[in-house]
Amino acid sequence: MLRRTIRQAFVKSLPVMAGYLVLGIGFGILLRNAGYGVLWAFAMAAAMYAGSMQYVGIGLIAGGASVLMTALTTFMVNARHLFYSISMIDRYRDAGRLKPCLIFGLTDETYSLLCDGQTPPDADPNLFRFLVTLFNHCYWIAGCVAGSLIGTLLPFSSAGIEFSMTTLFVASFTEQWITAGDHLPALTGLGSSLLCLLIFGPERFLIPSMLLITGVLSILRGRMERRKAA
Amino acid sequence: MTDSGRAAVLVAVMAAVTILLRFLPFLIFRRRTPAFVSYLGKVLPAAIIGMLVVYCLKDENLLARPYGLPALIAAACTAALQRWKRSSLLSILAGTGAYMLLIRLL
Repeated sequence: MLRRTIRQAFVKSLPVMAGYLVLGIGFGILLRNAGYGVLWAFAMAAAMYAGSMQYVGIGLIAGGASVLMTALTTFMVNARHLFYSISMIDRYRDAGRLKPCLIFGLTDETYSLLCDGQTPPDADPNLFRFLVTLFNHCYWIAGCVAGSLIGTLLPFSSAGIEFSMTTLFVASFTEQWITAGDHLPALTGLGSSLLCLLIFGPERFLIPSMLLITGVLSILRGRMERRKAA
Repeated sequence: MTDSGRAAVLVAVMAAVTILLRFLPFLIFRRRTPAFVSYLGKVLPAAIIGMLVVYCLKDENLLARPYGLPALIAAACTAALQRWKRSSLLSILAGTGAYMLLIRLL
């Protein structure tokens, strides 16, 4: 039973494996080039576990940023995690002692694997989600450490393999689109983000996007709930 | 403070803020989830995944060669394959392969 759940969780986590190893290796190489070796790579992967923020963090550490600047930047880059947690509140409510681990590991990629709420019918949903989260964290740590140790020795050009993260989100988006009864939330997310990208530019559009998405979804609430009832 | 000591403090700050952001909603709504937050929990996943797609493509330059074509074509292949076969792993492998090929050709 447990072995079966482990296998199902492993298969579910496979799409993240390639992307995490590649992005982790890239991070390990950059961190080493900035003068921080394998222990730093391990510590950041284990304690922060936030892909894009770790990349930004290299610049902060190497550039001698202040504590306040570091805290503010982290808040801006990672504010989207508030959203992931809000949408998992009801789902993780009864996860018991696994709950802190599930919340800690709620990265973009883990979220995109688990946010559809589907778990194998014969598995304990919380255990399944915990294992997916755990596998993903292991891939990430392995990637960051490997990048720091052997990154420069890679025998082939892997340029472009980091696109696997984009395809992961595109596949999740398409799957949501197929199964959803109502496409308004998906269109709201896409449209608001594109609009804010045009107005605010690629470095600053995330926070305005989140505010706009929340605003539009609040306005649509009455309409969405009427539709569901009908 | 030594350079390593300062770096360790910054890593700790980044970890603490990240963890706080992930835990905050669970701490605030520990007892009872307001109806509005429950509603957001239902509609946000689809919207946020849409935002992440835009986030991944944000640095594509549509005005200069290759006009973001490798990324847009590969993303379209991924979506079409997902719609056809419904296998995430297959869509991701094929889409990534298409991108790696296209950036070398275009």
